[in-house]
Amino acid sequence: MYQYIVKRLLLMIPTLLGAALLVFVLMRLIPGDVCVLRMVGGAGYVDPKAIEQCRIDLGLNRTYVIQFLDFIWGFIRFDLGNSMWTGRPIVEEISLRFELSLQIALMATLTAILLAIPLGTISAVKQNTWIDYAVRGFSIAGIAMPSFWLGILIILGLLITTKGLFGSPWMPPIKYVPLWVDPLYNLSMTIFPALATGYRYSAVATRMTRSALLEVLREDYVRTARAKGLIQKLIIRRHALKNALLPVVTIIGIEFAFLMGGLVVTEQVFNLNGLGKLFVASVTNHDYAMTQALVMLVVAIFVFTNFVVDIIYAWLDPRIRYR
Amino acid sequence: MSAVADVRPEIEVVERPKTGLLLRMLQFSIRNPLGAAGALVIVIMFVMALLADFIAPYDPVANAFDRLHQPPSAENWFGTDQFGRDVFSRIVYGARTALLVGFVSSVVGATIGLVLGVASAYFGGRVDLIFQRVLDIFMAFPLIIMALAVIAIFGTGAQNVIIAITIPFIPRCARVVRSAALSIRELPYIDAARANGFSHSRIILRHMVPNVMAPFLIMITAFVGQAILLEASLSYLGLGVQEPTPAWGLMLQGGAEEYAESAPWIAIFPGIAISLAVFGFSLFGDAVRDELDPKLRSQ
Repeated sequence: MYQYIVKRLLLMIPTLLGAALLVFVLMRLIPGDVCVLRMVGGAGYVDPKAIEQCRIDLGLNRTYVIQFLDFIWGFIRFDLGNSMWTGRPIVEEISLRFELSLQIALMATLTAILLAIPLGTISAVKQNTWIDYAVRGFSIAGIAMPSFWLGILIILGLLITTKGLFGSPWMPPIKYVPLWVDPLYNLSMTIFPALATGYRYSAVATRMTRSALLEVLREDYVRTARAKGLIQKLIIRRHALKNALLPVVTIIGIEFAFLMGGLVVTEQVFNLNGLGKLFVASVTNHDYAMTQALVMLVVAIFVFTNFVVDIIYAWLDPRIRYR
Repeated sequence: MSAVADVRPEIEVVERPKTGLLLRMLQFSIRNPLGAAGALVIVIMFVMALLADFIAPYDPVANAFDRLHQPPSAENWFGTDQFGRDVFSRIVYGARTALLVGFVSSVVGATIGLVLGVASAYFGGRVDLIFQRVLDIFMAFPLIIMALAVIAIFGTGAQNVIIAITIPFIPRCARVVRSAALSIRELPYIDAARANGFSHSRIILRHMVPNVMAPFLIMITAFVGQAILLEASLSYLGLGVQEPTPAWGLMLQGGAEEYAESAPWIAIFPGIAISLAVFGFSLFGDAVRDELDPKLRSQ
């Protein structure tokens, strides 16, 4: 087991390095550069010397190899440097927004789990009945509906209902206040984006729960449990669900890493100042340092989630370790 | 040698019962009503895209400043947007953008993935190992972020959106195809082909690729819906297809939020169009998977 963990840990390195190289090259392929954008802004003439000086300050005059090595060296030391756009430390810029995005991501995950496991279970148990069809329809709708459109619909619904009830339309607040400072205010802000993101997320997990459970329900030990007269509820809860949840947990873990992508769009709809918005801004501003840091953050979360999932699998199924 | 050939038993040729296309379609819809519903949505989309000139009552890009924000009526079934353009006509023409981006990116992405995946499985060893690491990198890279970067490099517009969506599909298909091809590589007929001295490309393209068609087709049908969704998201972010091209995601970008309260139809109808299209492709994709992969059929 120990050997397996070390091997898996070492395998993370080429993935992280490769992703670093990929984002490095991609960013430098984008035409234009941050100095020109920052100084010229919309229009106007800027002294080429000033641009040159800016490049020197940001270290963009160095060769690509040196820039790349510098980026990797910084990453290893957890020193992400300063944003090329605002000049402030990247850690500061990210931590400003991290709380909000993380909270929405966690709430969306919670929504997904609370919806997916009961719905997936009932759909599998009542296979091919109208309940099953309704749940499947509901979950395919979740996959089909763009989360930004769901967000727009939620805002629309809020505007119409609050106007009808209180006479003046109400919109969720956009300035972040931590949960422990003002829970009600915080939740009124985060719950709607979390629902919009969580619905899609739950749809993927519901489908997985259903098909995993259906497979397990055909196993011999479930038949044995039935034969010895165990009631259905206990068979599901004690025997079937426990074994069916493994792939569900995997998909929830993997999708969590991808929530970042979903947040890019959701934050746009609800006008929230989170990581997703920072991402779009840093790509359009050619903020190499910031984009690199954000991509590495997302990739690291993804690789780490995969690592944890693999370890759990290996722990549960000894055959995997020896492969 | 000829004597050996002569004793071969006569092979009885059983003719496959001739069933008409219509009958087979009917059988399919009885077997799989949800899949048939999905197919119906796809057919409607194709009709809309092909006959847009005849179906749409108005020019989808013509502004009419005397008819801004008109609610749905007999003249404008789905109302008009902030430029007075007919929402229904724009949705009909938008089917073209959705289908174009959806099909081209998924077919191209899946095909490149197919060849790469089979080649990786065929060569095995170090090639396969390195290839898998490269796939890991691309899989770890979030889809929308890759798309953002590609758009930033090549600029906006339909072709670039297609490129942006195609790239992330390649590793996803390659991975699935590779695992299917791994088992095929061990079969005797591949050894036979090798013993015959066929070239690598001939063995890969003529002997292995046709046998991984089932996962390939499943991936394509699953991709089309995703591609439509992704195109809508990119266009919504202002990074996809540009105005005045009629595209569903783009229709939600401009006035949808601003006028959400006063003109909700601008936001509602394009969203329904996207959802229905993706819904249709998902249902159809599930049905195709059931048909092609009997192991999954009972689930």
